[in-house]
Amino acid sequence: MVVKGERPHALVDVPLHYCPGCTHGIVHRLVAEVIDELGVEGKTVGVASVGCSVFTYNYFNCDMVQAPHGRAPAVATGIKRARPENVVFTYQGDGDLAAIGMGETVHAAARGENIVAIFINNAIYGMTGGQMAPTTLPGQVTQTTPYGRDVKTAGNPIRVCEMLSSLDGVALAQRVTVDCVKNVKAAKRAIKKAFEYQMAGKGYCIVEVVSTCPTNWGMSPKDAIQWLRDNMLPYYPLGVYKDIGEGEQ
Amino acid sequence: MSDLNILLAGFGGQGILFTGKVIAYAGMMEGKEVSWLPSYGPEMRGGTANCSVCLSDTIIGSPLVTTPDVLIAMNLPSLEKFENEVVPGGLIIVDSSIITKKVERDDVKVVYIDASNIAENNGFKGAANMVILGRMFKETGFCSAENLDKGLQKSIPPKKAALIDNNRKAIALGIES
Amino acid sequence: MAERVLMKGNEAIAEAAIAAGCRHFFGYPITPQTEVAAYMSKRMPKIGGVYLQGESEVASINMVLGAGAAGVRVMTSTSSPGISLMSEGISYIAGSDVPCLIVNVQRGGPGLGGIQPSQSDYCQATKATGHGDFHMLVFAPSTVQEMVDLVAGAFDLGDKYRMPAMVLSDGMLGQMMEPVALPEPMEVDNDSKPWAACGHQNKREHNVINSLYINPQELEDLVRQRYEKYEKIKETEQRAEEYLVDDAEIVIVAFGASSRVSRSAIDKARKEGIKVGLIRPITLWPFPEKVIWKHTAHTKVFLSVEMNMGQMVDDIKLACRCAKPVEFYGRTGGVIPTPKEVYDEIIRLNGGVQ
Repeated sequence: MVVKGERPHALVDVPLHYCPGCTHGIVHRLVAEVIDELGVEGKTVGVASVGCSVFTYNYFNCDMVQAPHGRAPAVATGIKRARPENVVFTYQGDGDLAAIGMGETVHAAARGENIVAIFINNAIYGMTGGQMAPTTLPGQVTQTTPYGRDVKTAGNPIRVCEMLSSLDGVALAQRVTVDCVKNVKAAKRAIKKAFEYQMAGKGYCIVEVVSTCPTNWGMSPKDAIQWLRDNMLPYYPLGVYKDIGEGEQ
Repeated sequence: MSDLNILLAGFGGQGILFTGKVIAYAGMMEGKEVSWLPSYGPEMRGGTANCSVCLSDTIIGSPLVTTPDVLIAMNLPSLEKFENEVVPGGLIIVDSSIITKKVERDDVKVVYIDASNIAENNGFKGAANMVILGRMFKETGFCSAENLDKGLQKSIPPKKAALIDNNRKAIALGIES
Repeated sequence: MAERVLMKGNEAIAEAAIAAGCRHFFGYPITPQTEVAAYMSKRMPKIGGVYLQGESEVASINMVLGAGAAGVRVMTSTSSPGISLMSEGISYIAGSDVPCLIVNVQRGGPGLGGIQPSQSDYCQATKATGHGDFHMLVFAPSTVQEMVDLVAGAFDLGDKYRMPAMVLSDGMLGQMMEPVALPEPMEVDNDSKPWAACGHQNKREHNVINSLYINPQELEDLVRQRYEKYEKIKETEQRAEEYLVDDAEIVIVAFGASSRVSRSAIDKARKEGIKVGLIRPITLWPFPEKVIWKHTAHTKVFLSVEMNMGQMVDDIKLACRCAKPVEFYGRTGGVIPTPKEVYDEIIRLNGGVQ
């Protein structure tokens, strides 16, 4: 018998703590599959950020370091500079990467720091229970925008890939999603490319995964996927925002 | 010579800190305990510079010279600021090319030296500090001539060694003054 | 020992760190410590090391966390306001049992404060450098030579106990030049830490460097373990210099820059026949309580001389078990006390010159 879809070795065999319908699990699997396929588990160091994905240090089988909120790019910088032979990735949510950690993110990207950022954009703070994120859509209701996000007072969402794509240090800035098989496959290709770029020393790579948070969005997983398609993707169009391809920084 | 606390003060760019370093190194070659403490921060940006140098036979407590035995004043604000802090019986060396005011105290020894003009007239523009150092050496004998020269050599990094000779000549002018 | 050269404290400590095998430096410019970073930026590229200027102290300390977690000998340096910014990262470093060296070239505070020398981060360094139950090793040099001499030991003890170590210096020691003999370079094996997150090479279970423990019992157990380690450190690592203290009736306790000033004052007072001596803490944490207690019986009064508003006084009171009065003389805001001021204080406590 041939087992298809076996658990990747780079993913620890433990139950994930995520809510039903959350897309973290899919993205974890994609990252783990890429690590397996590239055969780099033994030299990969992941950096867990603060948010729902903080426990990734229990889920990935590679060495892991847990960073203070927002500081994953700086921690990853320290690891990569100390151990250039390691493959280093961060796994960060929107609050971590684009709010408290925007400074660290922009500067790691501008330095062309040779790391991969897996960026989960679900337009909300999950772990703390559904507050406004820097990527919360205009009009979106959250615990701290109970009347909908009013951009006049709460500011505008940030399109991270578009913004980072202007920086010279960035090798790859790509936005993907995991709402269907086709997009899951595309997401994996992007993640794999990011890891390969790092191994080729090309610079900072970010793969933004437009994701759902059914619990804090107050929807069923199925409705959340539809809401993502109807609301998130128009504001955060999928695509490659920067790809230096064969080039070098 | 027992302990000697020296305060050098002037404009940034006059070589105040460098002069202090030569004195400290010369003292070290002489076998003294030495310390060198510069003023630092925004006041250094084009403003005044001053530098405390302590030479001692015993461990140096505070490297900050508040009551100098020797004051080297290379501009008027420095003289006005520190003149009254010099210990009675102490020494004030004034670059009279720059400072026309006379020291008002009569309980200290004052040496007026036309240092900037001497330096410039002999082709060592910008080396007034070394002329003054030569004079200070003559007045205090804080080290041997040999160690003064060693101090100078130690204070100049190898890649700027070409500068040693001019500085040496400027020091000699001060000694002769 | 190498030939003595004149060096600024800030440059000497950088060279000493290199001699101690440190090849990774992350920092951010701030007066009066910037020479450390400038020196490192010049030297590191020439010896295969890493110098990186972070975008902030916050980023820099987290780079230190990353490099330390990856197992290499790593350091940063900053001055007082920078430590406040780093305190989050220091807490995580302590909570993750990652060794590193942090140099604080103190300036006056609070707030932006000033840029002149100060010791007003004593409490921050010894008691609460960040949130949570933890300590750092804290070393207080008093000369440029000691800036050098304490560095290798600080790295080594940090590694031994898997905790952050701090050299608590100040703007005076950082900026001043004194003759210094640099140590011989030592080799450090950066691959000697089995707990490090540097890739398991498919040879072991994955390592996790982490400070998060959702289960309170698990966290309590871990913190208690750490405090058992701290007790052992208190027992074995206290260091202090004793100067003319065996017959002293007035005992000054002073560290760093203020201890130098105090020593001059003591020398002068001794000439007047006043029995005054100095206990100079070299480790501020662990605080050298044993040596203070040892001298408590013959001491009539302790005098804490500091460049702050008396932050060490309580530690002296505890160390002498409040058996003797603890007086305080200090200057703050960047003002360095003069030997004369301290001498006058000695005379006051002595009831004049007999």
